Amino acid sequence: MNALLAFPELSNFAGANAQTPYLGDAATKLHRKLCGSLEEAIQRSGLKDGMTISFHHAFREGDKVLNQVLATLARLGFKNLTLASSSLLNCHDSVVEHIRSGVIAQIYTSGLRGKLGEAISHGLLLAPVQVHSHGGRVHLIQSGELKIDVAFLGVSCCDEFGNANGSHGKLSCGSLGYAKVDAEYAGQVVLLTPEIVPFPNHPASISQDRVDLIVPMNDIGDPSLIGVGAARVTRNPRDLLIARRAADVIEHSGYWKDGFSLQTGSGAASTAATRFLEERMSAQGITASFALGGITGAIADLHKKGLVKAVVDVQSFDRDAAESLRDSRAHLEISANEYANPSSKAAYVDRVDVVVLSALEVDQDFNVNVITGSDGVIRGASGGHCDVAAAANLTILVAPLVRGRIPTVVRRVATVVTPGESVDVLVTDHGIAVNPRRPEVEKRLREAALPVMSVAELHQKAIALTGEPEPLEFTDRIVAVVRYRDGSAIDVIRQVKN
Amino acid sequence: MKIIKEAIAGTLESSDLLVKVAPNEQGKLDIVVQSEVIKQFGKQIQQAAAETLHRLEISQATVIIEDKGALDYAIRARVQAAVLRAAALEDIDWGKLS
Amino acid sequence: MKIRRSMLFVPGDNPAMLSTAFVYKPDSIMFDLEDAVSPREKDSARLLVFHALRHPAYRDIEKVVRINALHSEFGLKDLEAAVRGRADVVRLPKTDSADAVRELASHVARLEEKCGRLAGETKVMAAIESASGVVNALAIATASPRMMAIALAGFDYLVDMHTRRSGGSEPELFYARAAVLHAARAAHIDAFDVAYGDVNDDEGFLREVQIAKELGFNGKSLIHPRQVDLLHRAYAPTQKELDYAKRVIAMAEEARRNGLGVVSLDGQMIDPPVIEEAQYVLSRSYVS
Repeated sequence: MNALLAFPELSNFAGANAQTPYLGDAATKLHRKLCGSLEEAIQRSGLKDGMTISFHHAFREGDKVLNQVLATLARLGFKNLTLASSSLLNCHDSVVEHIRSGVIAQIYTSGLRGKLGEAISHGLLLAPVQVHSHGGRVHLIQSGELKIDVAFLGVSCCDEFGNANGSHGKLSCGSLGYAKVDAEYAGQVVLLTPEIVPFPNHPASISQDRVDLIVPMNDIGDPSLIGVGAARVTRNPRDLLIARRAADVIEHSGYWKDGFSLQTGSGAASTAATRFLEERMSAQGITASFALGGITGAIADLHKKGLVKAVVDVQSFDRDAAESLRDSRAHLEISANEYANPSSKAAYVDRVDVVVLSALEVDQDFNVNVITGSDGVIRGASGGHCDVAAAANLTILVAPLVRGRIPTVVRRVATVVTPGESVDVLVTDHGIAVNPRRPEVEKRLREAALPVMSVAELHQKAIALTGEPEPLEFTDRIVAVVRYRDGSAIDVIRQVKN
Repeated sequence: MKIIKEAIAGTLESSDLLVKVAPNEQGKLDIVVQSEVIKQFGKQIQQAAAETLHRLEISQATVIIEDKGALDYAIRARVQAAVLRAAALEDIDWGKLS
Repeated sequence: MKIRRSMLFVPGDNPAMLSTAFVYKPDSIMFDLEDAVSPREKDSARLLVFHALRHPAYRDIEKVVRINALHSEFGLKDLEAAVRGRADVVRLPKTDSADAVRELASHVARLEEKCGRLAGETKVMAAIESASGVVNALAIATASPRMMAIALAGFDYLVDMHTRRSGGSEPELFYARAAVLHAARAAHIDAFDVAYGDVNDDEGFLREVQIAKELGFNGKSLIHPRQVDLLHRAYAPTQKELDYAKRVIAMAEEARRNGLGVVSLDGQMIDPPVIEEAQYVLSRSYVS
């Protein structure tokens, strides 16, 4: 009592739970977070018009959370919200209507597809969409530009305190790498789950100390729509040809040694390359120290066979990958911050030796477009492309030289997502081009008698087949800004002319 | 060469095109192109079709093309096939095809 | 000497495949107007193949056209398209006799003149698809100077023989293979083994490739692009064989430069057949 007179700036002790009365009541102490409905959670979150809401896309095309939450918000009359989903896919076409009706006024996302991408490309949204990479999103959040007020995160199972994961339970999505970041930084964190399990739930990818509200929701997503299954490698002979060539490049690149590290994208040729590497790894006694991603079942399979020592997973692309995360002690779940944020204290992408990525367009300077189609419409995502391309020791792109009548190698890409300086080798079915910045790699590949040629020559081959395409026509209006991983603007996307 | 009936050649498979050739009542040559790549290659497709028809000495016909990203050589071949079927000609005058 | 390990079949009525088959770099491409194309589409496919033959993408690959039987309503028209399109080789299906080859050769000669091609430039090959064909293999192989290869076609042949594939060592094809091979060697032309129909069965395919290789077939008819690389790898010489072949060539070169006659290497005489064999081994080196 006497001590207090000496510290007037401190408040007096007023009872064990004076500051936290909800901890003094037996019911609220334990059960306060559980909401009877989504409406209740929204109301308790304090969400107001003009605020920012966020979602994660671990369920990819199987996601059901975003559509349900937006439908409820629309019904409740919310307006001018900023939508910050880590990505948007074909299953999120409902956003179009929410933009029209004024529920959504701004968007931060890694990608736009389907009818939403088309609508944005035709000028539906007044404010330009902010397109970011996976690592870049974390940077925007940490820098304060992207302030998430309420995060709505679908989780496979959760206890009443909020310890949650995506790897256990019937509707599992594997790694909650993107959701972890939202849970860390959002003002209010709302978990939506089909399974409330006994306390304490573990593993806790999202820990109780980050969670505000919990809503039981039966249908958070369809795991079967996340991606294609593991062992099913493409049968397409062209993808296999390109994949085999990519494996040849890796083998002769100078980075092929026991303990190397690897990342592959989710495209058919990238995944198939994994299979071709497997043969050579087994035959030559080479194991990978780790594989990073975007983890496919093909990688999980290599891990099971002992060819990949550790798997580092920010997103599980299919059921086999999700199961591996659940079952293997060396299959690690990481957040997007640990994965690829350039301003984090350490990012896994910086430890990658070789990465195999796909591309929609590549130009004469090796700049890459992964977001706008050949008609200028947005139908892709920045994703982790520029993150890992910048950081890896050897960045390999795989793509058919021509897709139908559309050339992949162009004079100048419609949209720069990954700058040419981050790209080292382009592998196509017609030949291989090496960035002049890597003369030592080119030398090694030529010595291995691989079909190396200049990127200009590849372009010529493409045009000889397809003819020269007419230049795309856009209006002056900017519909999206492509943000590089450090937050800077690397390119803009304009409205397509009709 | 005279178009005496309606005929089709080709398919809607990827990299192919469906060509419909029919007699033109007004005695004109109408070429209509629909394509997935109309913005980038619409002009080229039109040109390839027009050249092929010109070499076959077709000046009156309605030609409708549904293109699925076919290369020029396939456009020429399918247009020629449709025209020969529409003209009910068994024998090819090779000089007009190449 | 032209290496012919892989002859990739491409259906003549399929622009998607016609537009991409060259990327797999087979030794020869066979544009098929026969079994792959339905009767109603023969005319359209003929035009597609005609244009594909003249496409720059195929300039540096050996081009073969499988025409329909000469006595069908399609055969002669196919042949004219092939010759005008400057095909390198015309493949005659279901060849049963030397007369069939001679008939084809005379039409080819006539057409070469008609469309201004160099006389004798267009070669022919015969597909043996029946018991008669097997029995007449030597006569067929020597029927014309245009003949450059005979191929055994397994499916129709086995039907004619009232038997079928057994897997394993394939005794049902033994005699036909031996007959076709001997005829080819006696006539100094190439021999192609049967096509393998199950594109998903790599092991079975490679087993058959091994049989063909050991028997001495130059190559095999292929029905799917992914078989090309598998075949080229299987046909690649071992490092030991490669090293030996290089030494043979080097010795022969040195002998020639020094004006020596036949020399010997490791107790073997390096005479012309040995040198030719060494060159053949080198030509089969696997290139990615």
